[in-house]
Amino acid sequence: MPLLEVRDLRTYYYTMRGVVRAVDGVSFTLEKGETLGIAGESGCGKSTLAWSLLKLVPPPGRIVGGSILVDGMDVTKMSEHEVRSKIRWRKISMIFQGAMNAFNPVIKVGDQVIEPLLLHTDMDREEAWARAEEMVKHVGLPPEILERYPHELSGGQKQRLVIAMALLLEPDIVIADEPTTALDVVIQAQILNLMKRLYREKGMSIILITHDLSVIAELAERVAIMYAGKIVELGPAEAVFENPLHPYTQALLKAVPRLRGPKERLYYIPGAPPDLRNPPRGCRFNPRCERRFEPCDREEPPLVEAEKGHYVACWLYARR
Amino acid sequence: MSSPELGEVILDLKDLRVWFPIRRGLIETITGRPRLYVRAVDGVSFEIRRRETFCLVGESGCGKTTTGKALLRLVPITGGSARFRPSKEVAEELERRGVEFDEDGMVDIFKLTDKQFHPLRRDIQMVYQDPYGSLNPRFRVRDILEEPLIVHKIGETRSERLEYIARALEMVKLTPVSEFVDRYPHQLSGGQRQRVAIARAIIMNPVLVVADEPVSMLDVSIRAEILELFNILKERIGLSFIYITHDLSTARYVCNRIAVMYLGRIVELGPADDVIQDPQHPYTEALVAAIPEPDPRNRARMRDIKIKGEVPSPVNIPPGCRFHPRCVLYEAALKRGEPWAKLCTQAEPPLVEVKKGHYAACYKHEAARPKGFTG
Repeated sequence: MPLLEVRDLRTYYYTMRGVVRAVDGVSFTLEKGETLGIAGESGCGKSTLAWSLLKLVPPPGRIVGGSILVDGMDVTKMSEHEVRSKIRWRKISMIFQGAMNAFNPVIKVGDQVIEPLLLHTDMDREEAWARAEEMVKHVGLPPEILERYPHELSGGQKQRLVIAMALLLEPDIVIADEPTTALDVVIQAQILNLMKRLYREKGMSIILITHDLSVIAELAERVAIMYAGKIVELGPAEAVFENPLHPYTQALLKAVPRLRGPKERLYYIPGAPPDLRNPPRGCRFNPRCERRFEPCDREEPPLVEAEKGHYVACWLYARR
Repeated sequence: MSSPELGEVILDLKDLRVWFPIRRGLIETITGRPRLYVRAVDGVSFEIRRRETFCLVGESGCGKTTTGKALLRLVPITGGSARFRPSKEVAEELERRGVEFDEDGMVDIFKLTDKQFHPLRRDIQMVYQDPYGSLNPRFRVRDILEEPLIVHKIGETRSERLEYIARALEMVKLTPVSEFVDRYPHQLSGGQRQRVAIARAIIMNPVLVVADEPVSMLDVSIRAEILELFNILKERIGLSFIYITHDLSTARYVCNRIAVMYLGRIVELGPADDVIQDPQHPYTEALVAAIPEPDPRNRARMRDIKIKGEVPSPVNIPPGCRFHPRCVLYEAALKRGEPWAKLCTQAEPPLVEVKKGHYAACYKHEAARPKGFTG
């Protein structure tokens, strides 16, 4: 049984100007000890998807359909109290985008790091502090750092602390939403090295969410590409990067500037992603697609298995 | 990508320094604590030619943005000179204001009074990182583009100015023009907004555009579109660009030359491809090694980043080579007992030519060591 199973998840925002279908029928599974990368551009629904898994969607958004199964329990059906006591931190923890800037500036970082331990276990402050010191060493920081205040730490150090916090209760799944986006390249490489090492040592499962395909390639075994609220391609990293099937994935990979190798002309996708209040009919990528043909603007393509374990939602591969 | 024929030198920056004083408290003033400075830019020199794209690359806090701002005199200048070759119209206006030119027909923009500098703002323009913050949300596209024309008294009538506006919008490919002139920024996508910002910069027909991280807020799929626009503008109207970025991989696609900055100084400068493929400074080497690429084979390996610790504060800059406390090469050389290693803690290494047109400031190159140095 997979560790996490998401089926036909729909999360919509009910705004004054209409319903924004941010996540619109997303399904995937996550096995134990696996890293899944979810890539997509801004506004494709990837962060909303992450929030949905922890039932943290900010209003006016809410989960309107589908299920999220963790150990056979459906998160979408749980009360807030249940999610808090059974899921968050214990089963699934999350490294939020920009979390390192969310430390309270007037409280020692140590007291903030041990908070989940005090709230979710029966440890007292001393025990929790000792546990936190251990975890801090694990992410490559000196334990004394817990005595400091946020302004005394660099961005890289704070990001390491956030990662340490996410690991404190040894959750089965860690969701990392843009964990390196605000960091300099040298620090980014160090954090990615750290995540690789922790992943190998602890055997946990990671969902890595980012717009940066290069960061995904560093870590993810399986990759899902999202566009306009849907997964358009899902498969092993090697297959998606070396043999992309969906025209969107192909275009996206051609648009990534590369440091090494021949300098080909950079490619870009004309147009802009659709307004999710009123997405185009049929395939949502069809107005920007070079290989659009007869069924694309009428019917939505299903996600089909084109190769073993490699799924794609495109009429080029689906039989009608 | 780069056109081979570059024109004459349009900017010659020498030894630029921008130091920000740190405020002292009352007690510190009374006890006479010496004034401390954040040395954001600490001796930067380079030249730019017509139709060249020159790239300043570095991590946050290295002084790349401050260098760009200094060229528009948006920060107080502590020292240095910036000789600039103005366009014909601006040169005439400057003469009327009693500005003296040197024998090459250039002016030192740091020596001018604010009033004398004003017409030069036509010639040096800036494009900012955030197209959401840099456009007034209450202005329509036509108002945004008309503003600089009004300020610099270009175009007599509104309809004449509208012609300039239409031409600028066509140049950045926001067509049909009639569809865009009356829109407000919130009615545009991120890429379109950035193109409005570029249109605002080129509407004055400038000589130099300073673009500070112009694509880092945009999605990957449209970044290339903006970068290509820079290349087209360069060819078509003979513009020069200073492209400021933290991202070496995009720099490679638009730049003729790259300068790598560390803690307020240029540590390496050379042709774009050469700097990336054959870095001559240990900092550049580490920077290049740290950049991830969309290749799933990288999953199996840890990245070997040859750099120690973190960037020190620009208030307490390490003596000697400012990179030495983080330098793996220095450490190894010291261990091997290389005589030149002691230079690293003694004096700032000069930026010397180590290959054709490729400069580096590191004592590992013999040319950087004092004449006759044998240890």
